[in-house]
Amino acid sequence: MTGTPRTAASRLLQNRLFLALCLACTSVAVLALAVLLVSVLVQGAPGLRWDFFSEYASRKPERAGILAPLAGSIWVCVTCMLLSLPLGVATAVYLEEFARRSRLNRFIELNVRNLAGVPSIVYGIIGLTAFGRMFGLVGAADGTPVVLGDPESFFHLELPLGQSVLAGGLTLMLVILPIVIIASQEALRAVPRGLRQSSLALGATPWQTTWQVTLPAAAPTILTGAILAMSRAVGEAAPLLVLGIPLFIASTPESLMDPFTVLPFQIYSWASRPQAAFHDLAASGIIVLLAVLLSFNALAIYLRIRLQRSTAP
Amino acid sequence: MNATPVTPGELALRAARRGAARPASLRDARERLIRGLLLAAAVFSVLTTATIVVTLAWETANFLRLPEVTLSDFLLGTTWSPLLGQEKHFGVWPLVSGTMLVTAVGAAFALPVGLITAVYLSEYAPPRVRATLKPVLEVLAGVPTVVYGFFALMVITPGLQSLCTALFGRPIFPGYNATGAGLAVGVMILPIVTSLSEDALRAVPRSLREGAHALGGTRFDVSVRVVVPAALSGIMASFFLAITRAIGETMIVALAAGGLAQLTFNPASETQTMTAYMVQIFLGDAPAFGVENLSSYAVAAVLFVITLALTMAGNVLLRWFREEYE
Repeated sequence: MTGTPRTAASRLLQNRLFLALCLACTSVAVLALAVLLVSVLVQGAPGLRWDFFSEYASRKPERAGILAPLAGSIWVCVTCMLLSLPLGVATAVYLEEFARRSRLNRFIELNVRNLAGVPSIVYGIIGLTAFGRMFGLVGAADGTPVVLGDPESFFHLELPLGQSVLAGGLTLMLVILPIVIIASQEALRAVPRGLRQSSLALGATPWQTTWQVTLPAAAPTILTGAILAMSRAVGEAAPLLVLGIPLFIASTPESLMDPFTVLPFQIYSWASRPQAAFHDLAASGIIVLLAVLLSFNALAIYLRIRLQRSTAP
Repeated sequence: MNATPVTPGELALRAARRGAARPASLRDARERLIRGLLLAAAVFSVLTTATIVVTLAWETANFLRLPEVTLSDFLLGTTWSPLLGQEKHFGVWPLVSGTMLVTAVGAAFALPVGLITAVYLSEYAPPRVRATLKPVLEVLAGVPTVVYGFFALMVITPGLQSLCTALFGRPIFPGYNATGAGLAVGVMILPIVTSLSEDALRAVPRSLREGAHALGGTRFDVSVRVVVPAALSGIMASFFLAITRAIGETMIVALAAGGLAQLTFNPASETQTMTAYMVQIFLGDAPAFGVENLSSYAVAAVLFVITLALTMAGNVLLRWFREEYE
């Protein structure tokens, strides 16, 4: 490709220099992670006292805690997962196991790929419009919601959903649904064809084959993907910020209709204040958030090992 | 990972036994019902896209119908001042340029570093080094973006300031600036570039490498002159998808880039991106149907169109690459 022939020595030197460049670039990633973790730990570790977990947010940094956002994060993530896992897996099963090569199915497939690239804040706007305000179609003009069922009980609905846990869960569902679908599709694709074929050959219907053969074989991988998607949901602040969840809240949710706030949003609000004391709180909050994410990953590994063992011969 | 649970024959036999217990007509009806339910789930994602397009188009149309806004001003104007002063201007370019500036800084950092890391992981690294580096990248990919925003605010920008003070005698960078936020965005997209590019590089057939080695190529010649060009469409796809993420990134820029919408390409200046503007509007108590609220829908529409175009381009490249090698 280059005009003049080069000596072996110069080419070996070139190779050596490029390897050095490679190592330098690779260490950038490692270094970035190390600096990030160390700086957060140094700044935030002193703030991790018991009160930090048992107190609500406060204007006084020395009294502020993360009880409300921690509880809110758990509530909204469980809701989000219960909504998006069945829907996502069902979509993946349809696309991989049932869909024929039609134009509609190719369009659905392409659509999922494109949805994965939509910024989460756009999903926030759609969540606000479709779930939070319900396009302004439901509820009285002055904003009073329509209540279905007994407001005291766990099972009741207020429409529009406003800033409730359910609205938050649905909004986050929009964000992670493409991730769940794509991960489940890959898991299903990895199941050997022979499994399906032998089941069908013995007279099982496509759905019986899917439910009793393909899905159990793909379950560990699907679950891992689902938990990674859930980590994404736990870390998302932008869509919920757009939904309009409150910053200061002195209660934990008790039903799907209750208001809530989440950890990343609390961290954002502390980090965006000028006072250094709030920055320390943000760092403590980050440690808790990262600990939650790490425990999710540990859970994913544990579940995968267990499921593989329980379905083994 | 994908351990086969029970022998295929046994699973199939179980399924067949249960199937045989039901009359055929009932079984067919159930089959059709389930198929319909699964199709409904799949159609939900199409419905989501339709809702996004219709909502954004509808509210943008409402925004453009307001007396203080015109389409030409919105698409061509260079002043964005929806809140300050008496005279409101809605020219979207300052926000677009802010987004481009932050994305450019992030891409200038993450694309070369990520690609070279991918080349190292796929062509040079011994298996044990790879086994330790992959989890590091996975952790980096899993860090919430608000954490990167905090990192930009507390570590990157102060670091830049003290570096510049040491070199030039003054900090140069203000507390909020495009470079600090951009570098944090770069760290965020680095694992995306690396893992997608590495996938592309590893998918290049061995025979190409072996041929190049047989012709006397060094490892550098093989990886940079043969493998990288062969994987180019896959690498470009990883770049596109990473840039899409950078453009849509919200919490980093909301924390670290500042809130001043200005048409500038100076990376040391304070800047406001499209996403950061939306944060500003939705954090304030903008009324549900006021001009500020509607303007954020219009900005979201611009953001959606840009990211959709990039995602589609990335997916087309990825398909070309797959058709070539898989």
